[in-house]
Amino acid sequence: MAATFHPDRHELHGITVVVDTAGAEIYVGRCDDMDEERVILVDVDVHRDGDGGRSKAEYVERAAQLGVWKKFDRLAVPRAHVTSIRRLGEL
Amino acid sequence: MPYSELMIAPMRAELASIGFDELRTAEDVERFMNETEGTAMLVLNSVCGCAAGQARPGVRQALESAVKPDRLGTVFAGQDLEATARARGYFADIPPSSPSIALLKDGEVVYFVPRHRIESRSAEDVAADLTSAFERYFAAAAPA
Repeated sequence: MAATFHPDRHELHGITVVVDTAGAEIYVGRCDDMDEERVILVDVDVHRDGDGGRSKAEYVERAAQLGVWKKFDRLAVPRAHVTSIRRLGEL
Repeated sequence: MPYSELMIAPMRAELASIGFDELRTAEDVERFMNETEGTAMLVLNSVCGCAAGQARPGVRQALESAVKPDRLGTVFAGQDLEATARARGYFADIPPSSPSIALLKDGEVVYFVPRHRIESRSAEDVAADLTSAFERYFAAAAPA
């Protein structure tokens, strides 16, 4: 597994991740850092379940092929809403 | 903001030393991309150690295979800004990411490796992915 080159950051720093939530939103972006309070993502796209007729799973399947178009440069997702964090490259 | 040229020089050299044409201007990119006959690989190089650290050695290993692209080009994302923008314009339907790798046949992108398929893998995995794509898309085009 490739290691990050920034030992002061979370091990997923620089890695493109899929952050799913208990709500309708699911996020894809590069992890900058995370702690007990929040997950900080950069170059982020967000999808709401059902938008464009696509479920979360269908959105992730498409994102895993070629990536996503960012909607936000930087976004903090409250950790309490997060149900899973997965590497996009492993999906 | 572009990085210090001193810092990225070794990252440029890692590809230039194995035969990559460094495309530093938009005109360089146009010249490379407008030559549509045959096969080519365009690497969007990057300073990012989290992914480019696997991309460059992976590319080098892949090019040791029997089937490989006719032409090799590279732009440096975050550094050669106009060149990178022009390169991305040739595959505008693919979300931008760097490092990333495009394989072209007769001017068309036939295979693309986005950043997220590099950053979680080893150089050997990146090489295996590329070698497989070379065989799949370039084998018939390779000279006998």
